[in-house]
Amino acid sequence: MGFVTKYIRKNEKPKLNRLPSGSFTIDGEGKIISSTVAQSVSPTVLKEISQHILAVFKGAHAAKVQFSELVVNYEAFKITARELRGGAMIFLSPKTTQTMPQL
Amino acid sequence: MASQNKILMLDDDQALLDLYQDILKELPSKPEVIISNSGARAIALLESEPFTLLITDLKMPKMDGLQVLSIVRRKFPELRIICLTGVLDEEYRSRAYAMGVELFWQKPSSTEEMNMFKDCVESLLGREAAGLGFRGVQSKSLMDLIQMECLAQSSAVLRITQGGVEGKIWISSGDIVDAAAHNLTGEAAFKEIFSWKGGNFEILPHEPDRPRTIMTSSQNLLLTTSQEIDEARGDQAQVQANGEPTAAAAASGLAALARFEGVEFVLTTTADGKKASESWGLENAGPVAEWVREVYPRLRSLGEKLEAGELNNVKATGLQRHLAITGTAENALLCVGFRRTLDADQVQQTMKLIFAKWAS
Repeated sequence: MGFVTKYIRKNEKPKLNRLPSGSFTIDGEGKIISSTVAQSVSPTVLKEISQHILAVFKGAHAAKVQFSELVVNYEAFKITARELRGGAMIFLSPKTTQTMPQL
Repeated sequence: MASQNKILMLDDDQALLDLYQDILKELPSKPEVIISNSGARAIALLESEPFTLLITDLKMPKMDGLQVLSIVRRKFPELRIICLTGVLDEEYRSRAYAMGVELFWQKPSSTEEMNMFKDCVESLLGREAAGLGFRGVQSKSLMDLIQMECLAQSSAVLRITQGGVEGKIWISSGDIVDAAAHNLTGEAAFKEIFSWKGGNFEILPHEPDRPRTIMTSSQNLLLTTSQEIDEARGDQAQVQANGEPTAAAAASGLAALARFEGVEFVLTTTADGKKASESWGLENAGPVAEWVREVYPRLRSLGEKLEAGELNNVKATGLQRHLAITGTAENALLCVGFRRTLDADQVQQTMKLIFAKWAS
């Protein structure tokens, strides 16, 4: 059997990316100051999230919409961002079947 | 030559009246100082000759200072009044200011305090001579007064009289909880009172046990009532500076969405900006619509990149108000502002209901 399995080509399954989980703090430039997000998560992902969140806060200031906490609810993911002196503290929480609201 | 200022001083203590008469006569403007030791006599004096300033005590036998104030305010709305009292009760102070007194003074107990008091009196007399000055709460409209009470999160009862008709509005922690006028109660009574063009008002102490009959937020109630009155008067719809229409017709459609408890404003727009935004209860609708149009597609695209699923909604919480944004697959966006006293669950539940109504 070992001989057979050695030469049978297995179908490659697509790699499943886990949604990031944890929290991180960024400054006004989007630079990550501290993070509890697993190192396996690409810094590019965190950087992208940071840029979007900062842009939302900046746009809100320009439009004179004042708030301190932003919650972005996706079907399977939640981003909570608290503004911190120009930067932000961002919490990333993937939703599980337990945490998803009962509709 | 300018006419001499006349001060009427009312107190039940004759010795104090004599003392103050001597002191006030020596002010730089050299006013004439008339004294009275009873409220009834003071009112009779006011009716017989014009005075510039009334200085009155609060705690007096038979007719107390507040009774005098309510009569004087009604009969002589232009008269400036100072309360000079030994009663240091915050409730009395609030009521006196609510009745339109210029100053509420504790009776001076030192030379320094007496000098300050004299300066204040002289300043008021000077202001009268110049014909300037604010009339404090007396110059405010009913709308202003209610807004001030609501913003200050006050708890009080507003009694409004117009001729022989009386109306009352109960405010609890900045929320309008009930109103009564004629045989009307609740919102109907509030709208009736609000339609009065003139009258007098008085702030009475809070009645915490008053049952709540008005469930609409104060902001909404004021806005809808003003709008209804405006519409009744045939006011023309206005157009915003940025060219986006906020005609009453469009607003009335959104007003139906704003009837949910805690809603402060409603704004609808489209992600591509092709359709004009409509708003209800929002002052800076243009910039907010622009921000909403920028935010929602941005976060939607972030979700796609993260493979996080469909963007359900965006919520923002702040000290002034909360807001929630949601959208449809057809790029229509709905942004709703909520009163800050609502918690996250209430915002979520209300937003669901509003969205369902809007989408339908």
